[in-house]
Formats: sequence, structure tokens, C-alpha cells
Amino acid sequence: MKLVVTIVGKDRVGIIAMVSQVLAENNVNILNINQNIMDGYFNMVMRAEMGEDARMSLVDLQKVLKEKGEEMGLDIKAQHQDIFNVMHNV
Amino acid sequence: MITIDDILETNRMITENKLDVRTITMGISLRDCAHPSLEKFCQNIYDKITKSAEFLVKTGEDIEAEYGIPIIHKRISVTPIAIAADACQTDSFVPVAEAMDKAGKAVGVNFIGGFSALVEKGYTHGDRVLIESIPQALATTDIVCSSVNLGSTKAGINMDCVREMGEVVKRTAELTRDTQALGCAKLVIFCNAPGDNPFMAGAFHGVSEGDRVINVGVSGPGVVKHALEDLKGADCTEIAETIKKTAFKITRVGQLVAREASRRLGVPFGIIDLSLAPTPAVGDSVARILEEMGLEACGAPGTTAALAMLNDAVKKGGLMASSHVGGLSGAFIPVSEDEGMIDAVQKGSLSIEKLEAMTCVCSVGLDMIAVEGDTSAATISGIIADEAAIGMINNKTTAVRVIPVPGKKVGDVVEYGGLLGYCPIVPVRNQYSSSAFVARGGRIPAPVRSLTN
Repeated sequence: MKLVVTIVGKDRVGIIAMVSQVLAENNVNILNINQNIMDGYFNMVMRAEMGEDARMSLVDLQKVLKEKGEEMGLDIKAQHQDIFNVMHNV
Repeated sequence: MITIDDILETNRMITENKLDVRTITMGISLRDCAHPSLEKFCQNIYDKITKSAEFLVKTGEDIEAEYGIPIIHKRISVTPIAIAADACQTDSFVPVAEAMDKAGKAVGVNFIGGFSALVEKGYTHGDRVLIESIPQALATTDIVCSSVNLGSTKAGINMDCVREMGEVVKRTAELTRDTQALGCAKLVIFCNAPGDNPFMAGAFHGVSEGDRVINVGVSGPGVVKHALEDLKGADCTEIAETIKKTAFKITRVGQLVAREASRRLGVPFGIIDLSLAPTPAVGDSVARILEEMGLEACGAPGTTAALAMLNDAVKKGGLMASSHVGGLSGAFIPVSEDEGMIDAVQKGSLSIEKLEAMTCVCSVGLDMIAVEGDTSAATISGIIADEAAIGMINNKTTAVRVIPVPGKKVGDVVEYGGLLGYCPIVPVRNQYSSSAFVARGGRIPAPVRSLTN
């Protein structure tokens, strides 16, 4: 399935490195990354592919990202891409 | 192609504007459970419900986690018990309600609806037993919801039942006085009840439905209000357009959830109910949308017009977003479940009479309204008759869910907690009696459908 990972929080060194590392460790492939920084706040949207060979379930991955995010003062969500597709495409 | 702004907008709707899917409701037919023995019937329905809905809650939770959209309730609706249990040789269906309660709790759902009777034209033995059993059934169970349909545009209004339901509401209040008449919050009296409504307390699995079905009710008043906040000074055309677009987005999420639930459970998808369902949380209120349109307080002159536009635009936007639409589909105005409505009642802006007018143009009717405990059964029957007449003449669903709270007076507030919220006692200002009218009984004939002035 295709995932959308969103990261929102105060900008600092190592955000992308941390998220990429978690995804890589779990065999989740990053497809593209989009980010901007507004008033020192970091907004990033990452698309990723989670195949049959992923090392943990989406729910477990969500937990790991949430915990790691909180350590860095970030709000990280990982969601199935379809919720955005259906809402914004006719 | 989805942009970063689209993604952030969706997540803002969920986290800040409380977008949620209010309920996934599985409809289950109990028509194949009939048995002359009450005990055997109860066992049959327990087995069918627990088997059919075994994975409902887990599936709901999985979808919630994967897509990141809260699904607040998982519920079950069943064939009206008066029909399913008509063959039982008994004078009380309370054990049936207890079996429903046990089955619902076993599979972990929040509510189970369908302790119901459809009597707009007349009663069978089962209908009489069911209606007689309602107060005790609601007092001895926790998650069972009951409804009675006593009128329709095609059949008119059963005034014998109108009279009886005033008394049933009073008896239910009395038997559940320890919980501030909570039983009445689980009892809805309908005109033109739909058989595919996923919302409680009025959900039941209609007789023309299939064996099992998945219906989904969406929500999102906070999202609509947020969208209107950017439209200061805009005209009504622009407001209606914005509501339509917002309703489209909300409903698409409901459609996605319904499709996934249907696929994973192997149960056909029925309908999406296009409703704006508020909660008592700040920022999740239909009343605040009306105020955002420019009314100083909900209930002020203009409220009915604003609500009519809101209700219509929600339908227009939602219709295109879903392959099948049904249920109640419209903005709900339950007083105790809407923080803005509660505030409007407290400051004297919203009365039961204005609420009655509002029900002419939106979903359902006089909903979750707490009134003084000494309100007479005849007055409640009069209120039920008025609401049913609005539904019958306007070819729409209307309903009454009033709670005469024993011992409470205007100025008191009753607290139910959770989605049911809290409510100041709403005054019934007109103290003249309806009893001679209500006592007449009989049937109000079905209305003419032309000459529509």
C-alpha cells in the first residue's frame, strides 16, 4: 500500500534522517519528499510504498514514528494514501 | 495529483475541526430467527448477531488506524423486534431486549438498535407487546435503542399510538429516574422512518433490506464552520457553494470507510447517511455554523432559513461523493448533543417552538430535549402529533426524542455524558392542555399530495 507520512513541528537538524532511518529499517521505500519551512515550522509530506515485505504492520510503524517524533517535538502521522485521494480527487 | 496543501488540509480537518466518521452500523436481518418459544428466539438472535458482527469492531478499529480517521461508534441495527418476534408466544419482549444487550456487548458495539415497531396503520399482537415492553426494556438494558414509527405520508398518523407513546415516554422516564431518565434518550418516535438509518437511537434494519448490510454515518460540523470562517461578508450563493464543496470532501471519507468496511467484512455496502452530526465538544456544533452565517444566536429570526440552506447544500455536496445515499441525510439539531444549541437554550434564544419550526427544513426533529418532569403524557403526545404531522405533510422523516426528567425544573441542567451530552431543561411555554384531542385516538388520514399550499 502507498503511505503518506506527514511531519509537522519546529525545524531542527536530523528530522528527515530520523524518519528515513525508521522507514529503511522496516523496508518501507520512500517515493518522494516534499517539504517547506514557514516561520521556523517544518511541514513535510513523504510518500512511501509499504509492500508485503515490510518488517512491521502500519499500526506498529505509526507507533514507532509517533514515539520518535515526540522525542524531537514533532507530530508525525503515517496514513494510507487513499484518504487524501478520495477527498481531493473527483 | 494531491498537493502538500491538500494533505495538510485533510489532517487539519481531522485534528482541529473534529472530522470523524460517526458510525459504522451493521444491519442484520432477524427474520430467519422467528420461533414460537421466546427462549429459543432469544438464543437464535444472540447467535445470529454475535456471528454476523464478530469482526465489526476490530475492522472499524483497523480502518481507523490505517487511514487516520476517527470512527467514533460501531453499532448494530436489527429487524424491528415486533416483526421478528411476532411469532413468540409471550406477553413481554423484555427478555429479547436483554438478549440484544448481551449480544451487542459480546461483540463490543456501542449501541444496538431495533427494539422497534412499525405501526403507522395498525397493531399486530407483536407490536402491542413490544410497545408495552419498552419502558422496562430500556430500564434493564444499557445499549439497546428503541423506536416506534407511528406515521407516514402514505398511511397517515396512528393517533392511538400517539396517545400511547406519550405514556410510554413518561413510564420510561419514571423507571430510569436514577439516571435522569436516560431511557428516554434511547427511545425515538418517528414519522416516515427510513429502514437504512445508521444513527441511534432510531436505527433499525428495514424489512426490505438484505440479510446483512453496512451503513455509514458521517459527521463534520466543525469542518463546515471552519470553511465559513474565511467567508466574512460573502453572499449566500458563495456560502452555499462552500458548504457543498466541504460536504463533498467529508462524504468521500465516509464512502471510503464504508467501502473498506464492506470489503473486509464481506457484507454488502448499503448507504452513506449524509448527516452533519454534532457532538457536545466545542467546535463540533451545527448551531455555531448558523451563527457563523451571521445570526447572533441560534434561534434568532433567520435561523430556519440559514438551516434550510445548510441542510440542502450538505445534501447537494454529499450526493455526488457517494454511490448510494440514504438514511436520515441532513443536519441534526439534537439539543443536548450540540454545545451551541445548549448555549442558545441557556441564553433564552432557542425554544421548543423554534426548534419545531427548524425541524421542517432539516433532518429528524425534536431531538434530545429535556423538559420538566411533570410535563404530562398528553402534552408529550401533543408534541409527538405535531412533529409527525410535519413529517407526514412534508414527505420527510421527523422524530421526537424528549426526556421528561423526574424532579427537574426549568433552570436545572441534566448531564448524560459522552455523545449524549448535557441539557438545560427546556421550557414548554404553552401550558394549555392537549388531552381531549389526544384522547380521541383513531387515525389521521393520509394527506393529499397535490394542491400543495
